Amino acid sequence: MIEIKNLNKKFGKNHVLKTISLSIVSGKVTAVVGPNGSGKTTLIKSVLGLVNQTDGEILVDGENTKGNFSYRNKIGYMPQAAKYPDNLTTNELLSLVKDLRANGDSRSKELIESFNLKSELEKPFKNLSGGTKQKVSVLISFAFNPQIYFLDEPTAGLDPISSSYFKDLVAKEKENKKTIVLTSHIMGEIQEIADEIVFLLEGEIKYKGTISSLLEHKKETKLERAIAELMSGVEK
Amino acid sequence: MNLMMKVLRYEIHNSIRSKWVILYTFFFFLLGYTLFSLSSDVNKAYISLMNIVLIVIPLVSLIFGAIYLYSSREFIEMMLSQPIDRKSLFTGIYFGTSIPLAAGYLIGIVTPFLIFGKVKEQTEGLMFLVLIGIALTFVFTAISFLITVLQDDKAKGLGLIILIWLIFSVIYDGIMLFVVYYFEEYPLEKVMIALSVINPIDLGRILFLMKFNISALMGYTGAVFQSFFGSTLGVLLSAIGLLLWIAVPLFFSTKIFRKKDF
Repeated sequence: MIEIKNLNKKFGKNHVLKTISLSIVSGKVTAVVGPNGSGKTTLIKSVLGLVNQTDGEILVDGENTKGNFSYRNKIGYMPQAAKYPDNLTTNELLSLVKDLRANGDSRSKELIESFNLKSELEKPFKNLSGGTKQKVSVLISFAFNPQIYFLDEPTAGLDPISSSYFKDLVAKEKENKKTIVLTSHIMGEIQEIADEIVFLLEGEIKYKGTISSLLEHKKETKLERAIAELMSGVEK
Repeated sequence: MNLMMKVLRYEIHNSIRSKWVILYTFFFFLLGYTLFSLSSDVNKAYISLMNIVLIVIPLVSLIFGAIYLYSSREFIEMMLSQPIDRKSLFTGIYFGTSIPLAAGYLIGIVTPFLIFGKVKEQTEGLMFLVLIGIALTFVFTAISFLITVLQDDKAKGLGLIILIWLIFSVIYDGIMLFVVYYFEEYPLEKVMIALSVINPIDLGRILFLMKFNISALMGYTGAVFQSFFGSTLGVLLSAIGLLLWIAVPLFFSTKIFRKKDF
């Protein structure tokens, strides 16, 4: 459970997040959508503590995130662009993260097998392909069985087999009552795996609710069209 | 502190395998080897070695530190999403970058002395060469980290770093020369000592020269330098100067890093 109360973020004069209040419940997949520059990544990074909030409050399972880092034990984050130190191997990275986190990598074996990563574990990152690095990102974010997931464009760069396995993984985690937040530009994918949708525009939440009620309200069957209408409707 | 050591361990693993660190080690080895092969006079070889060390270490530490930190940006983001505080992460990366460089230098510079059996002849000189080289590595890696956290633009940051290297290794000496020339009439020794302590490269150079007793070549000023830097107090103050050059940039860069948005 994540609670965001009156969150503001300014980069200099640029007001990126404007008094955002939002609660994200567990057991559901929440998709954050919006055009480029609407503040999706800044919102996620604020919860992770990568971006310092200008004011407001963020609670992760009731724990205030400000000046705190132990709450990140509960979070698995998959960044948009995976880039790791050239000369480290996947095994070394995994044990580095394991050293930092309180809970063990109970899931890594299963993930390594499903993603066919075994032969890549001892290779330095500079020799891995983009898709393999993306799989390593999935591995790092899921291996430690966190309570909360932040997945920023997770399927970009994954091949169809890995991508569908990944979607199954997300569905399984949802059944396990985990909190899952993701961003994607592929509306079909969001419609497939997400339940809730948060639509951001210029740093403000313009819509929050279930995908089905949005589709009903807009009398559409495709999320892409409903979102497009939402975007143009807002601009009018 | 414990978290810092964990990061440090992996960072060292990473940079020790970097071909640049290996190349850097080999460079000093080859340099020492060539100089000792060419000249039978240890002192001459030593002075040449010192001159090159004073130029190369600051330049390489500055550039390597900056490139490393700039290219670690995504990795830092990923690490910051883990349960670790920013101070531990930053100091871990700092020592993980500077220690392999210092170790590379140490191995590269000591090996030729061992091969040519010059260690006994030059124990103190070698010790100075090693300690000052290592100190300069830490100083200039700290400065490069400070510039890198201040300037997000890689091209501007690297430009600034080259400028800083130029200032410390060339322009600063020019200014000192200008001061000496312009204020010829005045007793400048104390001012000169103060000016040298401010520049870490000059500090290194003077400490080397004092060990060689060639300060006499510098005339009266040299004698003043000798009496200052040759004394325990002088050595102590120089060491404090170098330590401050490590601590101050590291303190401010950590402070900025803790407040930074990624």
